[in-house]
Amino acid sequence: MENYLFLIPLFPLVGFLINGLLGQRIGKGGVFFTACSAIGFAFVIALLSVVELVGRAPEERQLVQVIWNWIAVGNFHVELGFMVDQLSAVMILIVTGISFLIHIYSVGYMHDDPSYWRYFAYLNMFVFFMCLLVLGKNYLVMFVGWEGVGLASYLLIGFWYEGDANADAGKKAFIVNRIGDFGFVLGMFVMFMTFGSLDYHEVFHKANEMFHQGLIGINTPALVAMCLLLFVGATGKSAQIPLYVWLPDAMAGPTPVSALIHAATMVTAGVYMVARSNILYTLAPTALLVVSLIAVATALMAATIGILQNDIKKVLAYSTVSQLGYMFVGVGVTAYWAGIFHLMTHAFFKACLFLCSGSVIHAMSGDQDMRHMGGLAKKMPITYVTMLIATLAIAGLPPFAAFFSKDEILWKAFCFPYYPVMGKIIWFIGTLAAGITAFYMFRLIFMTFHGEFRGTEEQAHHVHESPVSMTFPLVVLAFLSLTGGWLGIPHLISEKIGHVPNVLETFLEPVFEHSQAIVAHTAVIPEYSHAVEWTLMGSSVLVGVIGICLAYFIYMVHGKDLPAKLAKTYRLHYDLIYNKYYVDEIYYVMVVLPIYHFSVFLWKVIDAFFIDGVGVNGAGWLVRRSSAGLRYIQNGYLQTYGAYMCLGVVVILWFFLGAH
Amino acid sequence: MATLNYYIVLASILFGLGAIGFLTRRNALILFMSVELMLNSVNMMLVAFSHFRAEMAGQVMVLFIYAVAAAEVAVGLAILIVLFRNVKSVNINKFNVLKW
Repeated sequence: MENYLFLIPLFPLVGFLINGLLGQRIGKGGVFFTACSAIGFAFVIALLSVVELVGRAPEERQLVQVIWNWIAVGNFHVELGFMVDQLSAVMILIVTGISFLIHIYSVGYMHDDPSYWRYFAYLNMFVFFMCLLVLGKNYLVMFVGWEGVGLASYLLIGFWYEGDANADAGKKAFIVNRIGDFGFVLGMFVMFMTFGSLDYHEVFHKANEMFHQGLIGINTPALVAMCLLLFVGATGKSAQIPLYVWLPDAMAGPTPVSALIHAATMVTAGVYMVARSNILYTLAPTALLVVSLIAVATALMAATIGILQNDIKKVLAYSTVSQLGYMFVGVGVTAYWAGIFHLMTHAFFKACLFLCSGSVIHAMSGDQDMRHMGGLAKKMPITYVTMLIATLAIAGLPPFAAFFSKDEILWKAFCFPYYPVMGKIIWFIGTLAAGITAFYMFRLIFMTFHGEFRGTEEQAHHVHESPVSMTFPLVVLAFLSLTGGWLGIPHLISEKIGHVPNVLETFLEPVFEHSQAIVAHTAVIPEYSHAVEWTLMGSSVLVGVIGICLAYFIYMVHGKDLPAKLAKTYRLHYDLIYNKYYVDEIYYVMVVLPIYHFSVFLWKVIDAFFIDGVGVNGAGWLVRRSSAGLRYIQNGYLQTYGAYMCLGVVVILWFFLGAH
Repeated sequence: MATLNYYIVLASILFGLGAIGFLTRRNALILFMSVELMLNSVNMMLVAFSHFRAEMAGQVMVLFIYAVAAAEVAVGLAILIVLFRNVKSVNINKFNVLKW
């Protein structure tokens, strides 16, 4: 399979070209078939590669294909090459698998859209770049994919570009991501200066060697700078404080896009990047602390904003920001595999939640406001059940997926080896945010599916279950949301239920073994008794249950008046959270306005006055004026020219003969 | 005994006459003749130098120049005739169709 890795990105690329160039000619069926089969084939090739990978001995598990030598300048070499190791194996299966399901879903969802072919072309292009991102064997190929998915995201957020708000949301996403990408590029520069390469294998090998030879220590400034700069890129792409503001607005795109790009795959690219660079981060604990603190702050802040959102997709968007925070906590406390584990389970349940919300929006004729919904459970049973499963998963109740992944992250945060005290704080905030998550997710369920229908007559008449092409992916993803967590059952539980192996951790271990060795070498890993671990596990389930009960109490038992009463009592807090802590407004005043005024200054004074006025028009004026004088010399009389010639000869003669 | 200076002075006078004629007259044919006058004054100089330096190359070169000048005169006169046909004049101030 090693020589066929290039097919994984190639199929979506071909799909993109066919749909983009010929989409209008080959008809709806042709577009649907091309788009879905391109991703289907990519998934099959990915699956075959991973099967071969698993078939090998654990230490030989790496498939590498170099397509060509891309850049060779002096001692700087970059190959266009693909690599599948354990980490990218997990990623590529998530990416192609979920993309395939969402393509199928989109066939139903986008069936009546006039520019369906453009949609599927963009979607295929996204998968192509995402494959580059996770399969690249060096940072530059990853960066190409990183930029490419940003482009696809921009195009798809602004897919319905007739609406100004949609186009603005696309621009916002693109510009905010540019800020992050600038950090990423600088990080690559520092990396090249330090290690002289961008290739994963070379960089990590060298970092490990240099550490063991004592050439670089823990927290070497170059490494900390490198990791922080790369993390700036991750905050943009993966929506962390301070660059998370684009993600909620990105919900302007079609819902399957939100599910695929802004929940399951693209936004997790930052987590993948940190997990990929695990050795570098392990050698820079300061950067790790920054990562995990920002992450847990994001998790809490986004969760609180989620409580009061009324747009069903906005709730899910803030929950995505919050869950991404958990993933970064995982990779930030050196539990890299736990971050990837949560990335995987999150891809399942969040894709499911978004697709369910798409199904609801479809049934509500495009209305996204939960205040108009209610009592949809009876009319849309499949959507209801699948969404309930996914919600139970995100709430962290056993035996659903996120119980295992979130719990692992919180437990690992509790035993943060580098900063034990900070670890406890992170654990506490994380657990609190988990409770809030359960609360707002069940608020969503209760407001949407229970109680009385609050929409118009027309909407009530229209509500229906979605077609099979839409419900099929829901069922698959709900199944995965239930069972996905069983790939990583913690030691503690597997002891009780008969030694079920922790498949994912064992599988991913070789990728992180050097990091774990460095951690063991430089820090004391805190040891806690099983009783502590059980208590922590119990407490995170308990806050989840409390959150659910609270949501039930407020929105079901006293649904009519209690929320309004609470809002009135806690006016200040309510306003603060309802307006998302005024972050957008603060950014507007602190960042956008100064840049705007500076740009106006550059435009009016520097460009219009100095460059256009003095520079360009001034040069023209000077030439016109001087030539107006000089034109009298060229009068068209042959003999005048002859006289000039004679004069010239006289001057030359005088110069050569008379000057002496 | 005529020295080199006589020849130089004579050639310069001829050249000066040619140049003045070229710059002051309006008749294209006269201009043409003035140009020839200047050319031949230079030829004369070549012959003179050649003679006084006792070297034949200059005189041979003058013969070549005559050959080229004859060809050039043929072309020049032909152009003049064509011009005359078009403008019915040899006054160079009338040749102004390309002037701005």
